[in-house]
Amino acid sequence: MAPSLCAICKTERALIKRPKNYTKLCKTCFIQVFEDEVNHTIKSSNLFHPGEKVAIGASGGKDSTVLASVLKTLNERHGYGLDLVLLSIDEGIKGYRDDSLETVKRNAAQYEMPLKVVGYDELYGWTMDQVVETIGKKGNCTYCGVFRRQALDRGAKMLGIKHVVTGHNADDVAETVLMNLLRGDMARLSRSTSIVTGDDKSEVKRSKPLKYSYEKEIVLYAHHKKLDYFSTECIYSPEAFRGSARSLIKQLERVRPSAILDIVRSGEDMARLVPGESGSSCACKGQKTSAPATVEDDISGCGSSQGGVVPGGEMAAMDKQLRENEEHAGLEIDISKKISESKQGGKETTEKAIPIRGGNPASKSGSGPRQVLGNCKRCGYMSSQEICQACTLLEGLNKNRPQIQL
Amino acid sequence: MGSTTKETPEMIPITVEFSGGLEMLFSNKAKHSISIPSKNPTSKSPINIGHFIRYLVDNLITDDRTDLFVLEDHLRPGILVLINDADWELEGEEEYEIQSGDTILFVSTLHGG
Repeated sequence: MAPSLCAICKTERALIKRPKNYTKLCKTCFIQVFEDEVNHTIKSSNLFHPGEKVAIGASGGKDSTVLASVLKTLNERHGYGLDLVLLSIDEGIKGYRDDSLETVKRNAAQYEMPLKVVGYDELYGWTMDQVVETIGKKGNCTYCGVFRRQALDRGAKMLGIKHVVTGHNADDVAETVLMNLLRGDMARLSRSTSIVTGDDKSEVKRSKPLKYSYEKEIVLYAHHKKLDYFSTECIYSPEAFRGSARSLIKQLERVRPSAILDIVRSGEDMARLVPGESGSSCACKGQKTSAPATVEDDISGCGSSQGGVVPGGEMAAMDKQLRENEEHAGLEIDISKKISESKQGGKETTEKAIPIRGGNPASKSGSGPRQVLGNCKRCGYMSSQEICQACTLLEGLNKNRPQIQL
Repeated sequence: MGSTTKETPEMIPITVEFSGGLEMLFSNKAKHSISIPSKNPTSKSPINIGHFIRYLVDNLITDDRTDLFVLEDHLRPGILVLINDADWELEGEEEYEIQSGDTILFVSTLHGG
């Protein structure tokens, strides 16, 4: 095959074929276009304001490393005037997080950004290793995800920062749209497409500037810019459902690469149809800036390829995993039941047990009353329920702690 | 030395690299300098990427979980291939005929970020 030339500069050899529109680009033009598009997303959704202090949720993986690199570049190039800080969460998983934290430390030096590491142990009194010891490997991602969402916010608060950006990409959003579609959870589907979550009332807002960036291009950007990132799967992560949705997305991409952004856009369009919710989209399409979504509904971006070994897009296998996932949802509800029972035992002022919103369609809010955002009565964290998910999970964990705490 | 070894296939030197977590499947080594047969043993046609992927599964992979690399005899979706730094989609994907001295990189996009 004769090498093709870059569609933009027409002089260099094309090395990249863009999944969104099949344009062939050379390395230099690709890097420029990738950065320009992220800048466009940021500008058109008014993501930042000058002088804003922004924490980058940094795991040491490809997405957050690329996010840090691109934000540093754009901040300097376009004079955003941002004060950027790396914020890392130490879940307490030996042999996984130890190594990736080393990567984040190198990133901090490479990008000349301060780094703050917050541990689950200091925040919750539990490391993920201890959680798994107590509850086993099944369902532990639920704990990790719930804890992580709060951990980033709490870490940001410690630093006096009101805005956390995460490396969620178009593939992540498409995956979440698909999962919520399969669960029939339109309310959550609509929120998951939002570029910003949290609003003026919440202490910390979240956003995902790479929302429209393909995972493939993120990896290629990291490769061609020779970024230093870490890529080992979480040792506890086989979260079957997200894994299989991920496999499906990748298979769709293989057949028709534009499918990923098409799913993201479909998600945004569907979001507009959900009463009382409005998904954000690029402001250049004439939409208002994003409506806030509750923090607890933010996507977790966790999950593994290993859990989703589904050859050839077999929907049967997907269906089986869907059912398994419902069992997970059952687990969540069980925990809240336990709490209500214990409370009736008279340990504390009785409050109504609030089930965590799981994947059970019967409990969906679609036509029900809209949830009101308040604060957790225990930890004060923003929550649509009286007791936030993290405190609910912690209560269950603390009951099962094998030894008495000193 | 007899000349009965004329069946010995001609070998070509190449570099194969793994990243994004795939190195775990190949002795935890990111860069391998290897020699591979220049022709596909069955069809005698020049070795292409499709053959090479099968060759890797037969000869280089050290982890039992081959399904993290291939699914149904093809590369697992979500793994990118760069041939001398160019996306294999620009080079004919599985049909690309490997040349002596080529660098072929497999990058997984499937791991968390």
